Amino acid sequence: MDVLYFAWVRERIGVPKEKVETTAATVSDLVAELSAREDRYAAAFADLSALRVALDQELADFDAPLAGVREVAFFPPMTGG
Amino acid sequence: MRISVQQEPFDLGAEANAFAAGDTANGAIVTFTGVVRDLAQTDLAYMEIEHYPGMTERAIAKIAEEAKTRWSLGDVLVIHRYGRLAPGDRIMMVATAAPHRKDAFEAAEYLMDYLKSRAPFWKKEITGSGAEWVAAKDEDEDALSRW
Repeated sequence: MDVLYFAWVRERIGVPKEKVETTAATVSDLVAELSAREDRYAAAFADLSALRVALDQELADFDAPLAGVREVAFFPPMTGG
Repeated sequence: MRISVQQEPFDLGAEANAFAAGDTANGAIVTFTGVVRDLAQTDLAYMEIEHYPGMTERAIAKIAEEAKTRWSLGDVLVIHRYGRLAPGDRIMMVATAAPHRKDAFEAAEYLMDYLKSRAPFWKKEITGSGAEWVAAKDEDEDALSRW
């Protein structure tokens, strides 16, 4: 699946987008998997309360299932307007 | 309903005129415009707005559709810019047309509240002393609970 990062999450991880092969069942599982990879992921995902997630461009919860999802995006709370 | 997520500036007068043109069904048109300000007088050089292409348009459309179910609205316009903006630049505008002003005002406020914290934009401020992402405010999140 495609995993996208925005704002400081993108800066901390160092890429805006990457392909991830995963069998993670939920967003939380994917976060744990990525965090175990490298420090830059662990640093970005250290405080999940400071993060939001979207699945196929719809806001979701961290316990949401990933079955059938093509695009996951992680970003800080939005500051539009 | 028109939604535009764009890098280039917009002409507030032309947009408002085009939005209002030929409308005889709606007695009330409200427009709101957001402008880049130097918040803490921190010597803001410019602001960089990032967004999530695809989700941004979908999220705004969903917010506008929800507004149309809650109020009697004739039309809705949302323009939101991204990229580099200087103090004084216009970031975004919403316009609502309704038979009566209460609907037009309330829907415009609703759109603004939701655009602030449910449309995927992120602001970064670049000042003389560095660059910093603007943190979301609790009060912006709390503002959603009144709807």
